[in-house]
Amino acid sequence: MKITYREAIKQGIRQAMLADERVFLMGEDVGRYGGAFAVSKGLLQEFGEERIMDTPLSEAGFVGAGIGAALGGMRPIVEVMTVNFSLLALDQIVNNAATLLHMSGGQFNVPVVIRISCGIGRQLAAQHSHSWEPMFAQVPGLKVLSAGTHADARGMLLTALQDPDPVILFEYTAQLNLEAELPDDAGAVDITKSKTLRPGKDISLITYGSGVYKSMEAAAALATQGIDAEVLDLRVLRPLDEAAILESVTRTHRALIVEDAWRSVSVSSEVSARIMEKCFYELDAPVQRVCGVEVPIPYPKHLEDATVPQPADIVAAVHQLMGR
Amino acid sequence: MTTNDRDRSIDLLRQMKLIRHFEERAAEMYTKAKIRGFLHLYVGEEAVAVGVMQALTPADNVLSTYREHGHALARGVDAGAIMAEMYGKQEGCSGGRGGSMHLFDKRTRFFGGNAIVGGHLPMAVGLALADKKQKREAITVCFFGEGAAAEGVFHESMNLAALWKVPALFVCENNQYAMGTALRFTHASTDLVRKGEAYGIPTHAVDGMDLRAVIQATDKATASIRKGDGPRMLVCETYRFRAHSMFDAELYREKNEVEEWKKRDPITQYQQHLALGEQDIKAMDLEVAAEVQRAIDFAEAGTWEPVESLLRHVTTEPITAT
Repeated sequence: MKITYREAIKQGIRQAMLADERVFLMGEDVGRYGGAFAVSKGLLQEFGEERIMDTPLSEAGFVGAGIGAALGGMRPIVEVMTVNFSLLALDQIVNNAATLLHMSGGQFNVPVVIRISCGIGRQLAAQHSHSWEPMFAQVPGLKVLSAGTHADARGMLLTALQDPDPVILFEYTAQLNLEAELPDDAGAVDITKSKTLRPGKDISLITYGSGVYKSMEAAAALATQGIDAEVLDLRVLRPLDEAAILESVTRTHRALIVEDAWRSVSVSSEVSARIMEKCFYELDAPVQRVCGVEVPIPYPKHLEDATVPQPADIVAAVHQLMGR
Repeated sequence: MTTNDRDRSIDLLRQMKLIRHFEERAAEMYTKAKIRGFLHLYVGEEAVAVGVMQALTPADNVLSTYREHGHALARGVDAGAIMAEMYGKQEGCSGGRGGSMHLFDKRTRFFGGNAIVGGHLPMAVGLALADKKQKREAITVCFFGEGAAAEGVFHESMNLAALWKVPALFVCENNQYAMGTALRFTHASTDLVRKGEAYGIPTHAVDGMDLRAVIQATDKATASIRKGDGPRMLVCETYRFRAHSMFDAELYREKNEVEEWKKRDPITQYQQHLALGEQDIKAMDLEVAAEVQRAIDFAEAGTWEPVESLLRHVTTEPITAT
C-alpha cells in the first residue's frame, strides 16, 4: 500500500498507543490543532486528552516532565515541533535524560522517546529548519535514531518505546507528503543496526535522514551510467553500527558520505574517521563527503537548495571520487 | 502530648542533630581531602528537610538540589551510603558516580541531587503526573532554592504543575543568597509567595528556622495535595550558617548577620521546646556522633570501582539470567 511519510509516523504513534496503556503523546499543538504538520490529526478524538496532551510553549518544561513521567513508570512520547526548539530543552535532554542513569549508579533509567522533526527544504529559514542530529549524537547516554524511510518513520517509535533509555528520534518534515510503498503489516523495526537499502559493488554511499532518498535517486542515476553504488542507511546515529560501515567499505573500497548537517564536526566526520582508523588499507581512494554548506539556512528556494546535497551533487561527487 | 508524639518529636530533634553533625564531620573530611569536588553544607536549614519529610510516606517521591545531604538523611537514605558517595566509593548510594551533589536512592524514591539550578523542577512535575495518570496514592516533593525561582524553567514548571493539577509540593528554601548574591539583587519582586500564587498555586510563607512551623505548614499542604487539590508551594525562610561551598570567602555578608540568624538555630529552638534533660541531650549527642562515626568508618572501608568498569551506567545493562 502506498502511504505518505506523515501517515507512516501517525500509524506508528497509533499502534504504540494501542499496544501499551502507559504510552501517551505530549507536545505543542499535538491535540486540538492536530499536530503542527498534521501528523497527529484525529488522535485526540480517538484517545482522549489524558493520552494526547497539548502542552504550553515550554520546551524545557514539558520535555523535563516527560523525563519525570518516564521515571515514574510511564512511556511518554514527547514531540518537539522543530529541531530548533529542541535547544530550549537541551538542558533537560543532556543534563537529565542522558545523565540520570549514570549519576544514580544505574538505579534510575529514563525510558522516554523524544520525537524531533527536522530537515531542510520547506523554505522555513534559519530558525525552523536545520539538521542537528550530530549535536545529539555526541552525547553518551542517548540513543539517536534517524527515520530516513517510511518503514522507519512507522516502525522505529514502536521499538524505541521498548528501550529502557532515552531515545531521540529524528523525523523529516521535507518528506511528509512523500508517498512510498509500505506493507500493511509493516511494524516495529530493529533500532540497533544500519541497513543496506541498495547493494552495490563500486562505491558505498553512506547516509541517513534526508540523505537516504536522495542517495537512492543518485544511485539509480549512477546505475544508468555503469556505476553500481551501494546505499547504506545508518539509521542509528548513536551508537553507530560501525561493523556495517566497515563491511561495506571493505567490499566496495570506496566511500562517499552524504548528510544534510553542517560539514564540520558532523556524523560524516565521525564515519570518515572510523573508516580511516579501521579499514584504511581497504580504500582505493580517499573518503569523500557531501554535506550541508555551513550557513544558517536561507529562505529563498534556490539558496536553500544550494545548502544541502542534491542528487546531482552526489552523482558528481561519485564521478570525481571514481575518476570516471 | 502522648508518649508516642513525644517519642516522635524527640526523633525529629535527633534527625536534625544527625544532619548537623554529619555535615560538620563531612567538612572535616573535606579538609582532610577525603571528600573532593564541591561540598555544599545545609547547616542552619535542617528544620526544613526534617519538617517536610516527616509528612511523607514511602510511596512518595523526593527531588532535591545540590545541597541535599540533609534531605537524603531525613528521607532515610543510609548515612554510611551517603558518606561513601561523598568519598566516591562504589558502596556509595549512587555507586560513587555522583558525589556530594548527586545522591540517589531507589529504595526511598530519592531522585537526586540535581546540580543544574531548577533543572529538576519539570522532572518533579512529570513524576507527579505519572502518579496521577497511574492513580498511585503518592505525592512528589521538590526542594529548590530561591535562586531557582529566577530560572525560566521554574516558571514553566509552576505553570505545568498548576495546569495539570499534579500532586506535587514545591518547597522553596529561601536561604537569602543565590550562591553569594542576595535576593534583592536577583529578584525585582522579592515576594516569593507571589511567584507561586501567580500560577494559581496556593503558596505559604513559613518560618524555616522553626521545626513546628514547617511541620504544621507541610502537614496542611500535603493533606490538600493528597485529597486531589493539586500542587502547593511553601516558601521556607531559612539561612545557611556556613559558606556556600568550601570555596567561599563569604565576602557578601556581614558576620553579625550570620550571628543574628544563629540565635534562631532550629536545633537549639526545638531542643528548648522539648525541654529535654541534660542527660537525655548528652545521650542523644553521643548516639548521633556514633552513627556519623560509623558512616565515616563505612566510607573509609569502602572500595574504589575498578577503572575497567568505567563505561558502566551509560546505558542500561541487559538483564542477564543468574
